[in-house]
Amino acid sequence: MNAIKLETHSYSLYYGKFRALEDISIEIPEKQVTAIIGPSGCGKSTFLRTFNRMNDLIPGVRTEGQALLDGEDIFSMDVVALRQRVGMVFQKPNPFPKSIYDNVAYGPRVNGIREKNVLDEIVETSLRGAALWNEVKDNLGKSGLALSGGQQQRLCIARALAVKPSVILMDEPAASLDPIATQRIEELIRQLVEHYTIVIVTHNMQQAGRVSDYTAFFFTDESRTGRLVEFNLTRKIFTNPQDKRTEDYITGRFG
Amino acid sequence: MNVPDITSTNAMNLAEKRSAADLRRRQAAQKLSFGLFWLGALVVILIMLVVVGYVFITGFKSINLQFLTTPPKGGLSGEGGISTTVITTLYLVGLILAISAPLGIGAAVFLIEYQGQTQSGGKFIRSLLQVVNFGVETLAGIPSIIFGLFGYALFVSTLKFGFSLLSAALAGACLVLPTIIRTTQEALLTVPVSLREGSLALGATRWQTISKVVLPAAIPGIITGIMLSVGRIISETAVFYVTLGGSYRLPKNLFSGGRTLSLHLFYLAMDTNAFEKAMGTGAVLIVSIILINLIIDLISRKLSAGVRLHQ
Amino acid sequence: MQTKLKVDKAVKAILLVSASFSILIVISIFVFIFRSSLPAFKEFGIQGLLGELTWRPANGMYGILAMVVGSVMVTLMALVLGVPLAIAAAIFLAEIAPRGVQAVVRPAVQLLAGIPSVVYGLFGMVVLVPLVRRIPVTGNSGYGLLSAAIVLAVMILPTITSISEDAIRAVPRSYKEASLALGATHLQTIFQVLLPAAKSGIGAALILGIGRALGETMAMIMVIGNSVILPAPLDNNPLTVFLSQARTLTGNIAVEINYASGLHASALFATGVVLFVLIMLVNVSARAIIHRGNPSAG
Repeated sequence: MNAIKLETHSYSLYYGKFRALEDISIEIPEKQVTAIIGPSGCGKSTFLRTFNRMNDLIPGVRTEGQALLDGEDIFSMDVVALRQRVGMVFQKPNPFPKSIYDNVAYGPRVNGIREKNVLDEIVETSLRGAALWNEVKDNLGKSGLALSGGQQQRLCIARALAVKPSVILMDEPAASLDPIATQRIEELIRQLVEHYTIVIVTHNMQQAGRVSDYTAFFFTDESRTGRLVEFNLTRKIFTNPQDKRTEDYITGRFG
Repeated sequence: MNVPDITSTNAMNLAEKRSAADLRRRQAAQKLSFGLFWLGALVVILIMLVVVGYVFITGFKSINLQFLTTPPKGGLSGEGGISTTVITTLYLVGLILAISAPLGIGAAVFLIEYQGQTQSGGKFIRSLLQVVNFGVETLAGIPSIIFGLFGYALFVSTLKFGFSLLSAALAGACLVLPTIIRTTQEALLTVPVSLREGSLALGATRWQTISKVVLPAAIPGIITGIMLSVGRIISETAVFYVTLGGSYRLPKNLFSGGRTLSLHLFYLAMDTNAFEKAMGTGAVLIVSIILINLIIDLISRKLSAGVRLHQ
Repeated sequence: MQTKLKVDKAVKAILLVSASFSILIVISIFVFIFRSSLPAFKEFGIQGLLGELTWRPANGMYGILAMVVGSVMVTLMALVLGVPLAIAAAIFLAEIAPRGVQAVVRPAVQLLAGIPSVVYGLFGMVVLVPLVRRIPVTGNSGYGLLSAAIVLAVMILPTITSISEDAIRAVPRSYKEASLALGATHLQTIFQVLLPAAKSGIGAALILGIGRALGETMAMIMVIGNSVILPAPLDNNPLTVFLSQARTLTGNIAVEINYASGLHASALFATGVVLFVLIMLVNVSARAIIHRGNPSAG
């Protein structure tokens, strides 16, 4: 097993009085794809957003327990520095209303890179890294919004790569894409995992089975509090789940 | 398709080093700027406090029962109180609303409720809607002195109503009409389509649906629009300056001139040396505006509470 | 059933008539003001009205150029003074202020918006003018461009603030999230993503603010001095131009219309036409600028 990249210990999260996540302990290995699956409303996305502290944006959110990146406490880190190390790709492709070039150069620029040649190189390598370069290299000045949905999502991945993160969080990155675009994203994920730790939330179990090395199954009951039921190698989760609820979910007995 | 390792090119490494060094500078910039933003907000509050505070402190000195209940007496020292100007203001508010509210609400109902009706009237209705919407937008952008000039040209001179309540009310009605149409339109738009469909499906005619279902549901929004208009009328001076004459006596009928509170303030400030009385009048004006704002706030709070209940 | 449908048709006709009123009013305003201004335009021509500096009705001189300059100058000065603060307040309300602080600042802005213009004018006369008069320059009466611009800046602030705030809040949340997730600071996110995306809304706020400034009448009459002169420095220091008195287009109309007749009245209507055209020009050119500066969003 690889080194541990991300981990939580007895981690809980509250929206005001409401407990959205309870007592989650998990160790996510480096340079592997870890899928988080579970029914909607079980707190998968909220949990994912713990690792780049996007939950900080929501007023009234409070956490208990520990969350670590490379063994360092995420909550005592500088949040901007944290987000440079932990990139994120969102459910709906969200390129800025800027050119393709400016989208990818956004991260390096806010980090203080001004030199044209350095930016050029970062833009090219990031777009290559996201397998988009060949499609857009002649149109870098075109608006990012003019691309197709799948291309937009790869642009968002390139944009994330350009700040040189070591972790990439993906929140249902193919949820709004057609099957062919989805397939390309999945292939890309498999290639990226050679160099990055990837955590992906998905409601699509086949997708989890195709792209991930490890799978975490989250579940909730009437309380709407999300809990981690089972975490293991994907192949074990899918062939030999230890928990009855995991088995029911995998075999489609829940919606 | 093979993705290269991009994690350790020279540019990427440079970027990483730079960003670490740059972080502190960026955060200092943020702290400094956010400090300035806080300062800006503080300045805005201070401006409000200074203006309102000054008017209140100097104005309340001259406000007493006598000031509120005796009519102005004219003269260079601005003798007397403000009673007739309060009453004239109320007359004008009543008259203007009597003209503009039915027209404005009717127009808004037409604009919203008949826009989907293309079968009867078809093209004509559609282009009319466009023209009317354009008209409302244009009206909203016209400065009030132009309404005054128009009122002067049409009502005061051409129709020979003279400087009178009637001329001022007609010009004022034109001024607030876009406000009433806009807010009513917004209020109607918040009424869910399902309510209308429910009523129509039960065999009600369009007008029955509008009068029994849609309008009652939109009433809080419409009242908000009317209160906004009341505020606008109370504050407005330019239109009435050129249509209402300026006599401080109580108007006897629609054709007599008069003086609203804000007009009175203007005359006191420009033609007399009674600055304290002008401030007193200003304080009365601000208090009425605060009351109107409170009513609007109350309505919109009730409104949003209702919306939350529905969801 | 028959009568029900008849009522329906009658009501529809009535509503149609009320809807037509607003367009009727717009047309009448145009017709009356343009028609009433025709004699002046015929007599002096556009050149004679807009190209002449001297406004002396008693001598039959009706140049309104000085008023155009007065209106434009005081508006520009008010923008310089008011816009930075207005937009800062909008950013503060939309992005920075905690809820409790918003609940204090927003009503303050709302109240500023509601204060009648005569009250601002009075405040300007009683408080600002004496302060400005203290600037030791010969011929400085306190009444003039500077006092008027300060009053006007406060008057347009709430309009610009509240519309800009709405525009910033209307930017999709996903832009903000994307920027923060890339390691941008909140400040960088505001200036590099939120404001560019809210550009057209903020532009609309500015247009409305300019319209309000150009159209303001009573407060300007009360503090700007109303002398029909081309604003000029009072002494060798060019900055003293801001202490110069002036008259606005709006003020010209309001001050004189009640006793004007004949060509004089017509020239005042022509002043109205010029004011109207000026506001239209601002609208059109501002829209063009906003659209040109926005190629990628198309």
